[in-house]
Amino acid sequence: MENLIEELKHKIVEVLNLEDINVEDIDAKDPLFGDGLGLDSIDALELIVLLDKDYGIKISDPKQGKTIFQSIETMAQYVTDNRTK
Amino acid sequence: MDKEKLYIKSFCQISNQEVCLNDELIFRSIESDFNVFAKEIYQKFEIQYPKFHKMDALCKLAFLSSEFVLNQNYNSETAIILANHSSSLDTDVKHQKTIKNQENYYPSPAVFVYTLPNITIGEISIRHQLKSESAFFVDEDYPIELIHQQAEYLIKSGKTTQVLCGWTEYFQNNYQAFVYLVGKEGNVPLESKFIKERIINK
Repeated sequence: MENLIEELKHKIVEVLNLEDINVEDIDAKDPLFGDGLGLDSIDALELIVLLDKDYGIKISDPKQGKTIFQSIETMAQYVTDNRTK
Repeated sequence: MDKEKLYIKSFCQISNQEVCLNDELIFRSIESDFNVFAKEIYQKFEIQYPKFHKMDALCKLAFLSSEFVLNQNYNSETAIILANHSSSLDTDVKHQKTIKNQENYYPSPAVFVYTLPNITIGEISIRHQLKSESAFFVDEDYPIELIHQQAEYLIKSGKTTQVLCGWTEYFQNNYQAFVYLVGKEGNVPLESKFIKERIINK
């Protein structure tokens, strides 16, 4: 799962244009929203598209997002358990 | 409404790889790619606003040009009236590319959110915490008289004390911004000739 965590860090920085953030400085346990990476609601939608496009995961229940996108670690675990590609 | 004179407090131009503030050249780049040029301006003037990197090119253009003008004359009641020719077409085209293939249909929310030109006003307002009157016009050329009538009404009716006006045009790396702050005080009288000399209409 370590490789997947690194992969997600790179993808998130690239897809969300987090130019002021270094991949090395991101802790996999940091909150994605609020005090952590400070992502916003548009970023959340972009993450949903990322899961669909790159891992074949469709999130149909928006309530799931709160749990899945707590941190990169929780996201990686969800991808590991549900990926179809 | 009385005919009290209005003035330009400050103005900024971004075009041809140059940034001018009040007709003084403050930055020049050799970079022809607007997005790289915009990032150079952001870094050169040590702007601290991570959301800048997420904006589309039109918003970056409007954001940067207004940044110089508003930082000199901050007022939380500043109204904003902007105009351009290409609306948000540059981003509309990018969005269209993400939805044209039904088998690879992944519209990007981060692109889609910029498919309206008045989002530029939203970005400036969020940055400066403005909850003021605003309007964005799309026209062949800069509608000077219309913009100045609106600005005059807003100021003389007491809805605000200053209005950020201007032309923010971007399409496929062709860009021009000229924004200026109008109020009851300032060094330059608000006259159409002054604006026309600085905006290259299509």
